[in-house]
Amino acid sequence: MQERQIVGASVPRKEGWDKVTGAARYVDDMVLPGMLYGATVRSNVARGNIRKISFDSALSWKDFVVVTAKDIPGKNCISLILDDQPCLASETVNHPEEPILLLAHADRHKLQKAVDAVSIEYEPLPSVHTIEDSERQSTIIWGGDNTFKTYLVEKGDVDAVWKEAALIVEGEYFTGAQEQLYIENNGVIATYNAANGVTVWGSLQCPYYVHKALMTLCGLPEDKVRVVQMETGGAFGGKEEYPSMIAGHAALLSIKSGQPVKIVYDRMEDMVATTKRHPSRTRHRTAVDKDGKILGGEIEFTIDGGAYATLSSVVLSRGTIHAGGPYYWPSVRIRTKAVATNTPPHGAFRGFGAPQSLFAMERHMDRIAQVVGISPVEVRRRNFLKPGQTTTTQQVIREEIDLSHLLDRALELSDYAGKKARFAEENKAGMRKKGIGIAAFLHGAGFTGSGERYLNSLVGVEAGADGRVRVLVSSAEFGQGTNTVLCQIAAEALGLPYESVAIAQPDTTVVPNSGPTVASRTAMIVGKLVQSAAQGIKQTLTKTGLLGDAYTPEDFRAACQEYIAARSELKAYARYEAPGDVYWDDEKYRGEAYAAFAWAVYVAEVTVDLTTYAVTVDDFVALQEVGKVLHPLLAEGQITGGVAQAIGFALYEKVVWQNGRMINNQMTNYIMPTSVDLPLIRVFFEELGNVHGAHGAKGIGELPMDGPAPAIVNAVEDATGVRFHSIPLLPEDLFEGLRPASLEQEAPSATRGTA
Amino acid sequence: MSPSQRNGAKCEVLFTVNGHTKQVLAYPMERLLDVLRNELGLTGTKEGCGEGECGSCSVLLDGMLVNSCLVPIGQAKGASIVTIEGLSTHALMNPVREAFLECGGAQCGICTPGMILAAVHLLEKKPEPALADIREGLAGNLCRCTGYMQIFEAVASAARRRVAK
Repeated sequence: MQERQIVGASVPRKEGWDKVTGAARYVDDMVLPGMLYGATVRSNVARGNIRKISFDSALSWKDFVVVTAKDIPGKNCISLILDDQPCLASETVNHPEEPILLLAHADRHKLQKAVDAVSIEYEPLPSVHTIEDSERQSTIIWGGDNTFKTYLVEKGDVDAVWKEAALIVEGEYFTGAQEQLYIENNGVIATYNAANGVTVWGSLQCPYYVHKALMTLCGLPEDKVRVVQMETGGAFGGKEEYPSMIAGHAALLSIKSGQPVKIVYDRMEDMVATTKRHPSRTRHRTAVDKDGKILGGEIEFTIDGGAYATLSSVVLSRGTIHAGGPYYWPSVRIRTKAVATNTPPHGAFRGFGAPQSLFAMERHMDRIAQVVGISPVEVRRRNFLKPGQTTTTQQVIREEIDLSHLLDRALELSDYAGKKARFAEENKAGMRKKGIGIAAFLHGAGFTGSGERYLNSLVGVEAGADGRVRVLVSSAEFGQGTNTVLCQIAAEALGLPYESVAIAQPDTTVVPNSGPTVASRTAMIVGKLVQSAAQGIKQTLTKTGLLGDAYTPEDFRAACQEYIAARSELKAYARYEAPGDVYWDDEKYRGEAYAAFAWAVYVAEVTVDLTTYAVTVDDFVALQEVGKVLHPLLAEGQITGGVAQAIGFALYEKVVWQNGRMINNQMTNYIMPTSVDLPLIRVFFEELGNVHGAHGAKGIGELPMDGPAPAIVNAVEDATGVRFHSIPLLPEDLFEGLRPASLEQEAPSATRGTA
Repeated sequence: MSPSQRNGAKCEVLFTVNGHTKQVLAYPMERLLDVLRNELGLTGTKEGCGEGECGSCSVLLDGMLVNSCLVPIGQAKGASIVTIEGLSTHALMNPVREAFLECGGAQCGICTPGMILAAVHLLEKKPEPALADIREGLAGNLCRCTGYMQIFEAVASAARRRVAK
């Protein structure tokens, strides 16, 4: 067989042509006969008991379908982890914009008027809006203590290190909420009839999450719920759990009316009502020796989960495991918790807790460097994890990763030393101060610990009589390249041209449950299963003697034709099997947290304008080790896109809250980076390989979200000499921080260790 | 407030869409975006924000690049509209879409039709744009996936292809 070079080549994006011609079909492009439009009546208080719902008699309600919690055939919850979130609030509301009642009508123009004509009276209850208020527990809004989840990671004897320490460095860091801001808003269409049950077409990441949620909500068996993913216009985690909610709403309206129902949010509703990145607070207390080597430390990481548990426990888990960064901690105690507030639940967003705790870690490393009196480069070099050492969860690093080499290369690519010297000179005069900052970090690929074992993913590959192959997975394409990469892997495994392989539209009646499209797991975990299933097809054909070891695509076609003529179909499946040597203790939060880590060093160069207080990023170097790069163009696009979102996270994107409600829920006043706001983002890869992934691939999608924010804020400090602990860092925050008065108040946060 | 509330009776609007004369019955304040998508079935034009920030609904109106969510249909009376579907016969469309495919300019695809309209509009005015021109020319079109780098490369590459011809 000729040597193939499909994996590793930038083959054309599978659905690319449809996207550049406008032919790609998103859910709002779909219309069904007799379709109604749905709308949601939401709470306008943060917390309260519903007293009365009344309908303005001026409106003719008989034309409207009205659904309340009483109409729910199954259980009133969005089934996910704890099942604590109602699909429709019935007695109590726990956050602003909580769904209470649903309306549908054939004329979408009549809906807004009808929504306004429903009035709801509440008995208000006290509400909680900050991590600190929630911790105080003077008002209990969830469970017995406002706490969704806690973790404790312990390694070594951290209590013993304080007395050995030459220095103890403390710091407190904050990150704000961030809106995913996919350009296509959330949307679904649902149909119902007694014979087939519920079918939902939607913009979503995880068809089987929606499938499970609809079974519970509608009280239907597995085979009476069908979920189909339409082309999805961006997701970034924002369409991981929320689609179960909107799909539930459309399904309820369809069950009640017997007609198809479309619900597509407009931008304001999407921003005000759906999930965002968890706001966070991280406290570090670190013992270091006189050379800046970490001896041990305590890390407290707390996230604001919003009103219901949803995915907060899992987000917290990832934030917890990443809190120590890519460094060796001889001893450490990491205490983390997710707390409840009366705001819409925060949820999945690219990085999933890691960008929050890594922001703190990487700002804190610069602080340690300052206190010790060494450079930000040196403090990292002295503390980097090395092969054979263990992470905070005591996972042994088995990869031959050389972080010092990665650091050196990033410094060279960014001309770090040259710029550092030049800026020191140039910053002596003028109102535009230049700075350069670095961040080193890691990102675990796949589900945490035992997660992949529980997911138990199944993947199929099917060959037709024409020799064409179809990949059957529930993994969704939403821009990141799932379709393309999985087809590459199958083509490579079968020795067929890339063009001979297609991927099925994710439809729960067609594809098996290969798990959710999250956690940077698709290329690595699902990819590996696709490879196995494709090899299964080949083995079936060779075992039956229809195919030799060496074959042409024409031989393959003939073999498929013959096989299918005799046996009607040719399919092979592969199920996830946990590697035997992976140890994970869910109780102690100890062991092999991830099958693989991706590693990176990013360098940001900024200008701080002391007249306008604006920060611009002038140059950005993103260097990472992500295992085998399966598709260089897509991989680069993942990095540039992630870096851009993270620049927004650091400098532009501020969710303004008022009593738990986002009040800047428009693109006009929630600002994401435009084409004129970004530097050239320069992307570089190193490829070490990975035994667990297809062709040695690791996860890549989330990694670029982790590093830019701390690199940028480190650069801002380099430019101005002022420490900022909180993002987003807007011009008004800089103005505040750079005022002489606030400089004087800056208290030293390092103390000498006592003997 | 819904369009129907804003303006009583529907009126007939005659205009050209992608070279064909179209007559629609619509409320004068109905958005051009909705008429294109719902009345004419041209769903390649996308809604992202409904307030002229994201550019996903970009179309050409008498050669100008506009956000169709901000254009009341009454204003399109007699105008010539070009949508992504109508670009298929445009001389620039081939190099632009090929470049978008080769350079990774489309990820999730929702901004892509608008982005391509903006790129074509830019290249009509400036056949050999510098990077600063490209950034400026696309500044009204938001992309959340790519970080724009591969889109810049696509536009520059389309310009080079065209010049090479």
